[in-house]
Amino acid sequence: MGTLKVMRYSFASLITNALTGNRNWKPVWREPEPKAFYDVVIVGGGGHGLATAHYLAKQHGITNVAVIDKSYIGSGNIGRNTTIVRSNYMLPGNEPFYEWSMKLWEGLEQDLNYNAMVSQRGVLNVFHSDGQRDAFVRRGNAMRLYGAGAELLDREGVRKLVPFVDFDNARFPVRGGLFQPRGGTVRHDAVAWGYARAADQRGVDIIQNCAATGFRIENGRVVGVETEKGFIGAKKVALSVAGSSSRVAQMAGMRLPIESHAVQAFVTEGIKPLIDTVITFGAGHFYCSQSDKGGLVLGGDIEGYNSYAQRGNLPVVEDVAEGGMALIPAIGRLRILRSWGGLLDMSMDGSPIIDETSIEGLYFNGAWCYGGFKATPAAGWCFAHLIATGQSHPFADAYRFDRFVSGRVIDEKGMGAQPNLH
Amino acid sequence: MRITCPYCGARAHEEFSYLGDATVKRPESIDEFSSKAWVDYVYLRDNPAGLHKELWHHSAGCHAWLEVTRNTVTHEIVAVDYAAKES
Repeated sequence: MGTLKVMRYSFASLITNALTGNRNWKPVWREPEPKAFYDVVIVGGGGHGLATAHYLAKQHGITNVAVIDKSYIGSGNIGRNTTIVRSNYMLPGNEPFYEWSMKLWEGLEQDLNYNAMVSQRGVLNVFHSDGQRDAFVRRGNAMRLYGAGAELLDREGVRKLVPFVDFDNARFPVRGGLFQPRGGTVRHDAVAWGYARAADQRGVDIIQNCAATGFRIENGRVVGVETEKGFIGAKKVALSVAGSSSRVAQMAGMRLPIESHAVQAFVTEGIKPLIDTVITFGAGHFYCSQSDKGGLVLGGDIEGYNSYAQRGNLPVVEDVAEGGMALIPAIGRLRILRSWGGLLDMSMDGSPIIDETSIEGLYFNGAWCYGGFKATPAAGWCFAHLIATGQSHPFADAYRFDRFVSGRVIDEKGMGAQPNLH
Repeated sequence: MRITCPYCGARAHEEFSYLGDATVKRPESIDEFSSKAWVDYVYLRDNPAGLHKELWHHSAGCHAWLEVTRNTVTHEIVAVDYAAKES
């Protein structure tokens, strides 16, 4: 089960392979059978789990690592989100973390030698009232304090960026916007593939179609994972299964401050270039960008009730369409080609958890609500740091279980312990 | 998804507001304010994949609080009952 011969992607490799009929491309990662024992077993081969494996190997030199997933790489939330990256948070517990994630996005393709189509096309949040403008000024200032960058745009500034929005909507006229130029989109499944390839090249075993079925815990310490492919021993086990965290953690006897909810996304038929940024509606829950294939990618609210179905219901479809029509009437005749749903860990304060657990050697990363994609690099970075050193990374120090006991919750939206309102 | 309100009949779920798990129990005493019981009640949930007892408010209807037993995987509703059964 030797390591795969590394193929480095470059302009020269592209030309060479094009001239030889593209017959010599190699598989991007190996498909090994699990070994009997690893230093670290990561449960969950989504973006976060794979990023964790990459940074464990690269930053901490821990390469005797397996990532196991119940399905194939890219089948879960990493391939189901709306690909938006941004660091426009406000609270001290959040903003340094998301800004670090943004910095990692900016260097991601060089780090992984993989084209993830990182596109810093900007993220624009429009506002519709004086009160909303004041709240955005405050948020923008918090972002600038942490070096994330933010620009407050007046109506004319917004008009230059997105002339097609309905500025004079009778109910919600557009008064301006908060713009983060460094935000944008990233090809989501390429993130999974890039991290998987990079981790594999450093010796990490990626084991697909291998669901965890239980944990072996002896004297308060985890000693391995029961899987569909047999028992895998491990010094440390790391859970990275957002959407299914409660189900998986229950196998270790844990009860979490999480409800699972579903959120939908939509893609329209392809059209010529129209929207060259990411735009969000301030008066409802609607956000939109245009993919490189030309389809508009739309998203909105979560369904609002506990769900483990990877699909949504019609009221949210209607709500997203209404939000879209209120903001960009020009999209009214576009047909929606596809819609799909993903599962979210909605936490009680709307913020994530990266922490050790009460079981020695068992670590937890989850509760990402609807914001896990943008966090992928920093979550992997901070989770790897925690697993390797036993200490919370300073950027993730607020993301701990004990905040629900101490009262130091991170409630970015100020909604209280009501997951469907975050 | 349609919820059959015992007062109003089968209505679309947009008429209802969702509160969440109906099985959590509020601790009896405020003396327990800093204790584990309150953390459990406010924050921790079983979050099952399968049958889930949950509270819905018929907010755009008769304003009754209902305890709905629903399958979180299939969205099938197997029972709807009044939340305050003694009244």
